[in-house]
Amino acid sequence: MSSLVTSHRTRPPAQPATLRAKRLPRYAAPVIAVAALLVAAGVVYGLGIGGPVLVVVLGALLYLAGLFTAANAVEGRRAARNRTWSALIHSAFVLAVLPLASVVWTLVSKGAERLDGDFFGTSMNNIGARDANGGAYHAIIGTLEQVGIATLITVPLGVLCAIYIVEYGRGRFAFAIRFFVDVMTGIPSIVTGLFVLAFWVLIVSPWFNDGQPGFSGFAAALALSVLMLPTVVRSTEEMLRLVPAPLREGAYALGVPKWKTILRVVLPTALPGIVTGIMLAIARAAGETAPVLLVAGGGAAINFNPFENNQSSLALFVYQQAGEASKYSPARAWTAALTLVALVLVLTIAAKLLARRNRLGR
Amino acid sequence: MAKRIEATNVSAYYGAFKAIENINLTVEPKTVTALIGPSGCGKSTFLRSINRMHEVLPGARVEGSLTIDNQDIYDRDVDVTAVRRMIGMVFQRPNPFPTMSIFENVVAGLRLNGVRKKSILEETAEKALRSANLWDEVKDRLGKPGAGLSGGQQQRLCIARTIAVEPQVVLMDEPCSALDPISTLAIEDLMFQLKDKFTIIIVTHNMQQAARVSDRTAFFSIEKTGDPGRLIEYDNTQKIFSNPSVKKTEDYITGRFG
Repeated sequence: MSSLVTSHRTRPPAQPATLRAKRLPRYAAPVIAVAALLVAAGVVYGLGIGGPVLVVVLGALLYLAGLFTAANAVEGRRAARNRTWSALIHSAFVLAVLPLASVVWTLVSKGAERLDGDFFGTSMNNIGARDANGGAYHAIIGTLEQVGIATLITVPLGVLCAIYIVEYGRGRFAFAIRFFVDVMTGIPSIVTGLFVLAFWVLIVSPWFNDGQPGFSGFAAALALSVLMLPTVVRSTEEMLRLVPAPLREGAYALGVPKWKTILRVVLPTALPGIVTGIMLAIARAAGETAPVLLVAGGGAAINFNPFENNQSSLALFVYQQAGEASKYSPARAWTAALTLVALVLVLTIAAKLLARRNRLGR
Repeated sequence: MAKRIEATNVSAYYGAFKAIENINLTVEPKTVTALIGPSGCGKSTFLRSINRMHEVLPGARVEGSLTIDNQDIYDRDVDVTAVRRMIGMVFQRPNPFPTMSIFENVVAGLRLNGVRKKSILEETAEKALRSANLWDEVKDRLGKPGAGLSGGQQQRLCIARTIAVEPQVVLMDEPCSALDPISTLAIEDLMFQLKDKFTIIIVTHNMQQAARVSDRTAFFSIEKTGDPGRLIEYDNTQKIFSNPSVKKTEDYITGRFG
């Protein structure tokens, strides 16, 4: 035994005599918070250097300092650090939620003004600057059709691409695909819009449009699918990698061929995550303005046909109405923005529910 | 139903690393053969080369000849899924399919290979679950997920899933290492019953288990880390555990080494 305790430097810290330690009283934290805010308010308004925002910021800093000092004096250093970091993490959460809450509140409060049947039932056709009515029916149709077509193109392509990378791809080719998918993630939407404008609208579509460049919702869908593809591929890839190898081996050991293992065991296991990735991609595509402006051209009238003539979309509608010289257009823009967010939200919830229904209840 | 397995000069590689070297071994039908030996000696690798699961890993390959009733399973024109249907496998950790119910798990092998008729599936499921001594515990909740069972039940579910496709040979890779003693006992009992129909090869670290369940025992070992594993001794279990002919085997089973 004696040899174990000869080395003083490596000896662990002494065991405390008791498990109990002094704690700050429960009311300490709120009292410090109130005091910090009061002091901050006194300083800020006393010196006349700012408003309520500065009071909150300064108060938060004072609160952290006060909490650390008090805890350090009573509870010791470790507990003081713990309290400070907990407070910091909580404030980080509040900071992250604040903009979100603010956006939702702004959208709802300003978008409510034109939330009427007229908005959802009419287009902007023949609506002048002095007309208070007019709506986004054409834009909603455009968004639904363009995003729908883009999803139909992207999901099979992206999921199959991810399956290739994870399950089949070996060596340089798979590596190259992964690399270029990563590069695609960084392409600005305006560039994909220009790409489709140059390639599809100006070169391909004249062949079946009497030599005229054909702006269309479908061209917008193409541009959106270029934007969605990397998100779908990467998220699906990550989800497929999370499926444990023993599951695949379990299926192989039953004599199940590889393609069937992927289809019936691997994909269902990864499905909820894949759906989340697809919904992220759809949400991003639904909010894009630039490519739609470039290749679908916008337009005030209802056009159900995505393959011919101009189409608008909600994002483009927001952009155009926000810049319109009419006192009625800002309200339309806000309501369209609210509609867009609600649409994406509803789609996301629906997709999550569908993906969950596929799983078994306990 | 059961078939004889013959390994001749079998070596297996992970890329450039040789994991086992020149294994020669014959497994008789309707017997239980235990593979024992220290960690890293290639028991599992050998087991996985018997149903061509070894080659699933990138860079892995097998040399030599492995035959099942004189048919080389590594022949060029052999369908690997047919081999695996004939030689089933139970893994170390229970791996029921998480998206499937208990019933779907048991019939997964049939269903994924194209059997659709409900009556056949139900009949097979009940038979397999009864053989795996699991029927009474799950018959009222066949629609519930397989992942909700206890570890021991999950492993018996995996055994039921394996025998539902009616293989000739069942390979078990440390099937009890993640289980408590009672579940282990249930699975050992099960092996006794399954022996009537199947040839069983089991890898185990538990020497009492090898002594309890097996008819023949193969002892694998390595010289030192990085060397390929070799078959040191292969004999009747009773002989191996009472009077082994190689000193190294004796050292291992008496606990002086490994």
